[in-house]
Amino acid sequence: MSTLEHASEHHHDNSAAHGYGDNNELYVHEFRDDYGSKLGMWFFLFTEVLLFGGLFVAYFFFRVNSPEGFQNAAAHLDIMPGAINTVILLTSSLTMAYAIVSIQRGKKVLSNWYLGATIAFGFWFLINKYFEWSHKIHLDLYPGSERILNEMPDGEGVFFTLYYMMTGLHTLHVIVGMIVIAFIMVSVSTENINKNRYIKMENAGLYWHLVDLIWIFLFPLFYLLH
Amino acid sequence: MSDNSVGTKQFVSFYDIKTKYNGLLSWLLTTDHKRIGLMYLVTMGVWFSIGLLIALLMRLEMLSMGETLISAKHYNAAFTLHGVIMVFLFIIPGIPAVLGNFFLPIQIGAGDVSFPRINLFSYHLYILGGLLALGSVIYGVFTDSLMDTGWTFYAPYSMQTGAKVAIPLLAAFFLGFSSILTGINFLTTVHRMRMKGMTMFKMPLFTWSLYSTAWIQVIATPVVGITIVLVLMEYLFDGIGIFDPSKGGDPVLFQHMFWIYSHPAVYVMVLPAFGVTSDIISTFSRREIFGYKVMAFSTLSIAGIGYMVWAHHMFTSGMSDTARQAFSFFTYLVAVPTGVKIFNWVATLWRGSIKLAPPMWMVLSFLFLFTIGGLTGMPLGALSTDMHLHDTYYVVGHFHYVILGGIVPMFIAGMLYWFPKMFNKMCNEKTSNYLVLLYFIGVNLTYFPMFIMGYMGMPRRYFDYLPEYQTYHILATVGSWILIGSIFGFIALFIYTVRKGKTLSDINPWGSLTLEWTIPSPPPLLNFVEEPELTHGPYDYPDYSDKEAKH
Repeated sequence: MSTLEHASEHHHDNSAAHGYGDNNELYVHEFRDDYGSKLGMWFFLFTEVLLFGGLFVAYFFFRVNSPEGFQNAAAHLDIMPGAINTVILLTSSLTMAYAIVSIQRGKKVLSNWYLGATIAFGFWFLINKYFEWSHKIHLDLYPGSERILNEMPDGEGVFFTLYYMMTGLHTLHVIVGMIVIAFIMVSVSTENINKNRYIKMENAGLYWHLVDLIWIFLFPLFYLLH
Repeated sequence: MSDNSVGTKQFVSFYDIKTKYNGLLSWLLTTDHKRIGLMYLVTMGVWFSIGLLIALLMRLEMLSMGETLISAKHYNAAFTLHGVIMVFLFIIPGIPAVLGNFFLPIQIGAGDVSFPRINLFSYHLYILGGLLALGSVIYGVFTDSLMDTGWTFYAPYSMQTGAKVAIPLLAAFFLGFSSILTGINFLTTVHRMRMKGMTMFKMPLFTWSLYSTAWIQVIATPVVGITIVLVLMEYLFDGIGIFDPSKGGDPVLFQHMFWIYSHPAVYVMVLPAFGVTSDIISTFSRREIFGYKVMAFSTLSIAGIGYMVWAHHMFTSGMSDTARQAFSFFTYLVAVPTGVKIFNWVATLWRGSIKLAPPMWMVLSFLFLFTIGGLTGMPLGALSTDMHLHDTYYVVGHFHYVILGGIVPMFIAGMLYWFPKMFNKMCNEKTSNYLVLLYFIGVNLTYFPMFIMGYMGMPRRYFDYLPEYQTYHILATVGSWILIGSIFGFIALFIYTVRKGKTLSDINPWGSLTLEWTIPSPPPLLNFVEEPELTHGPYDYPDYSDKEAKH
């Protein structure tokens, strides 16, 4: 919090944003409001929570409607890949946090290594997800499959629909996060992001942590509740 | 445009200033909130006109019984298009995107919004959504598969209809995203960009209304975003069944998720109109707005309570009695702050020295029309009467009274009021007054008969009707000519005045006290030539009336 307040004191200089010089030419100071950028990011994260919130509402609604089907279907998910992915994402949040601390201390190269590690963890997550999904599809466990239509009549289809939709949307967010972090890495190399100006990296970090946090809710709801 | 000066310093207006790009690109790639606002105005004007023409077509079909002008199928497509265009492309972005973009930063003494580039990106998303919608219409015309779901996309019908609903759904998704980004931008702007001394409770009520609106946009829009994604997935992949009961889904869930957004969207539409009303009514009564803080809080509480009333659209859809009673209760509750506003506006008029300029005439018709619109909503919020009135013309009459009696007139009034600031020209007073009168007659003649025939049982969305409704349909159709004529009259007046109007020399022709009237017209690039100073509140009219009388 202290860095936040620090940033806002020094960089929110609304009043001197612009003016007219002696020859009436318009001059514009670079406008900078780190606190404002972060506030905007929090508002955006709030909308992300609500986006997933709609899906969570649907999940609970159908779970209450067909508890047995959901329990039965959840038993078909493998806890191990899910658990590994949880650890991967949590660790990637750690490296993201380290990247921010490093840039705050002016260690540009180290910061980029941590960012690279975060992206690598993202890839690892995606690879796991790929194998997990293809295994499920191989087992004929997807909405509308013969197996679900014939053997699982109590809402298992809806469970798997929500499973693919929610983890799929989450995976999409992981990919977006990785792309954003890649751009941040470029900005660090070109020193657009540096010791005194790292709000973009902080915002990317906030986004990445949210993506992590959503997984923390998805994992127990799908893998553990059965 | 160059003879403006404030103090000793000269400046260039935002129209004339040299930027990195020239010509059209200097508009399409601008980050200036004023230019973005004007681009929204032009684009929206086009969409609004298209929506009006479709409405005209539908009213013409209803002029006489039987299939006269368009077939049942095309009638379905027409009301769908009319709804989609009017709701998503005109009235939701509406006042915030045009007048809000232009005046929110100025009213709080800022040079621009917090995120100017995101502001431009919102506009580009809006254009993208519009183009997608247009593309789906053109595609539908050529393949004879126009969308016929109504603007509500109710599942599972929207997946079973022959039309390709994927493109319009995608359009709605992008428009929602655009709306979210505008909301985030305005929220951050209000929190971070206020000038020195401009506390929250010194902000003009128009800014307050935009602030509350931005909250609704941020809270409600993501829910419809995810609903659209779900419908899209269900439409694209055969096995998925979230809303289709034959695949284990629940259609009522769709209605809930849809209205969780789409009812608060009504307040996205109407709150900015309330804000415009407050600013205008205080200026033209030369009186401080009655109960400023109550007005600010009532705006916020409408935004809050408005989030909890959505299921009153679904009283007949199948819900528990407890749920229906709760939603009916909240529906009545949200009427309280709205009623407070009406009373406060009337109280502001009391013993004011009222100046009947065109914007004020429009506000007065608004007070009358919107009260009808609001009160006729009461029977719809009550469970027993709604059973009778649901899906009849009564509902159509009610929400058109709210929109054309509440929102569109305040959009027009806001345009008339701020026109001198935006273009430094004044719309002809006599012409404006006649158009307001026509507008008032048009709204009443078009929509009042709908209450009667709705009460008699005329269902909405039908292309044909029984003989006993004919008188009312004829009245409504004649009314629609007057109404649409007056709206096109206003559009023509605005275009004519921008092109041929006389340049004003007064930067504050109405004698208003809010900050935008202290800067030159049209404003310079970053709005304020010199550091703005806050010498008085936005509505301190009694104290400043002597000073203002010189104008």
